[in-house]
Amino acid sequence: MTDSMLIYKIILCVIVFAVSLGAAAYMTWGERKLAAWLQDRVGPNRAGPLGLLQPIADGIKMIFKEEMIPTHSNRWLFILGPCFFMLCACMTGVVIPWGAGWEAGGTIFPMQVTDINIGLLYLLGVVSIGVYGVMIGGWASNNKYSLLGALRASSQMISYEVAMGLALIALVMMTGTLSLKEIVGQQDQGLAFVVYQPLGFIIFIICAFAETNRAPFDLPECESELVGGYHTEYSSMKLGFFLFAEYINMFISSAIMASLYFGGYNFPFQHELGLDGNVLTIVQTAVFFGKIFIFIFVFMWVRWTLPRFRYDQLMNLGWKVLLPLAIANIIITGFVMLFMGKLG
Amino acid sequence: MMQLTNRSMQVAKKELTFMERLYFPAIIKGMIITLSHLFKRKATIKYPDQVRELSAVYRGQHVLKRDEAGAERCTACGLCAVACPAEAITMESAERQKGEESLYREEKYAKIYEINMLRCIFCGLCEEACPKEAIFLTDRIVPSSFTRGEEVFGKDKLVEGIDLRVDVTKRQTEEVLSFKTDKKHYHNQTFLDKKK
Repeated sequence: MTDSMLIYKIILCVIVFAVSLGAAAYMTWGERKLAAWLQDRVGPNRAGPLGLLQPIADGIKMIFKEEMIPTHSNRWLFILGPCFFMLCACMTGVVIPWGAGWEAGGTIFPMQVTDINIGLLYLLGVVSIGVYGVMIGGWASNNKYSLLGALRASSQMISYEVAMGLALIALVMMTGTLSLKEIVGQQDQGLAFVVYQPLGFIIFIICAFAETNRAPFDLPECESELVGGYHTEYSSMKLGFFLFAEYINMFISSAIMASLYFGGYNFPFQHELGLDGNVLTIVQTAVFFGKIFIFIFVFMWVRWTLPRFRYDQLMNLGWKVLLPLAIANIIITGFVMLFMGKLG
Repeated sequence: MMQLTNRSMQVAKKELTFMERLYFPAIIKGMIITLSHLFKRKATIKYPDQVRELSAVYRGQHVLKRDEAGAERCTACGLCAVACPAEAITMESAERQKGEESLYREEKYAKIYEINMLRCIFCGLCEEACPKEAIFLTDRIVPSSFTRGEEVFGKDKLVEGIDLRVDVTKRQTEEVLSFKTDKKHYHNQTFLDKKK
């Protein structure tokens, strides 16, 4: 790795980090606005034009709130919980290809922090470690509600990760690679993978809702039963970290869905436009963010439409519906590949 | 049973069909409903910037009227305080001194006149009880405050300014006046009238 590449990667790292944080901050605003609009209300409109300074006001409020650590809690684990959750949320952004790459001075600078050949595996791994943050936080609070919330979070994550992984296996069978860059690259020409894997995509999006603890699967922080769930005892910015990490997770899972099933930064007829390499990269990145935006919209839209699942319904859906469907999807994909040659 | 709306549906506990068990059609139906609300007119009235249209006889903040010459009409008879079901009105009377004729219309006036806006239910009974046409409810909204004390309105806030008259013509109509003065009505009859 050359020096210029190293510097570029560091800058890209910082940019990806800043963009995920900024996107998460403005998603809180977007969520409140959208929730208001769906309920015929106006939403935050006092802080700045259209309430655009609301996330900053919220952030300042969070930081200046009194920080409380319960005396009966395990102090270090209590602090570790939100930090760990936040860290894992931020770590996922590195393997996502945000664009094709810049060409400058004969070298190509890829719009991806690192292209590890097991990128998909890395993503699943980091996402499943993320639940430890919730578990540690809920356990360390030494509170019944927190513990129940943490238990729900962990069992929900385990249940839905199985179906999610199996849904991805069908995709990996088709692409023959775990590298995200290559998976996106294969969608450069032709149709996006959602056309070949509609069932896989539906399973994946349902599991993504469960993995990010979003409604209708937000049982870990179910207000009506568990006060605040795993973050009942948290206050100030530690609570902010939990809530914030959830939004980063949502942003990243939207990016993953866009790149795995909807062609990532590719868009139809991109090579017929006759754009120069670097200009095309900018357009591609914009298109990618557009796709992410649509998925985030769907996440929020679903949250403000569907009521929460009951816990047994959640488990039934995970193990008795999604898991068999994911396995069936693998078998169907296998047969199609066997009899019709490689797809795509 | 009598139907209150035409939207009620017969509920039957039956096995769900396969399509119903899929849930997806129902979920999509629900999502279309919420999406349609995205484009609907917002129900919110952005209050300080935008004021809702009030009815002509809206019962808001009270005013203590002055007569044409600018003298206070209130004579501190206390009928409004007696009529008040919320016991929001208190007053203290004083005798008019020589030279104050331009300030107070009657020989007795209210030295202190307070309405507790937190207790007031804006029923308008004080207005109805007043024999001197002195107190009226207006279409002004009582402003909010940070302390309870500020919500007890004294004469400084209640009496209208000599140059800043408050328009109560909507509430002070001929019918209202005749209702208050006409001897036909039982409540306007004095002891002597009733004896006749």
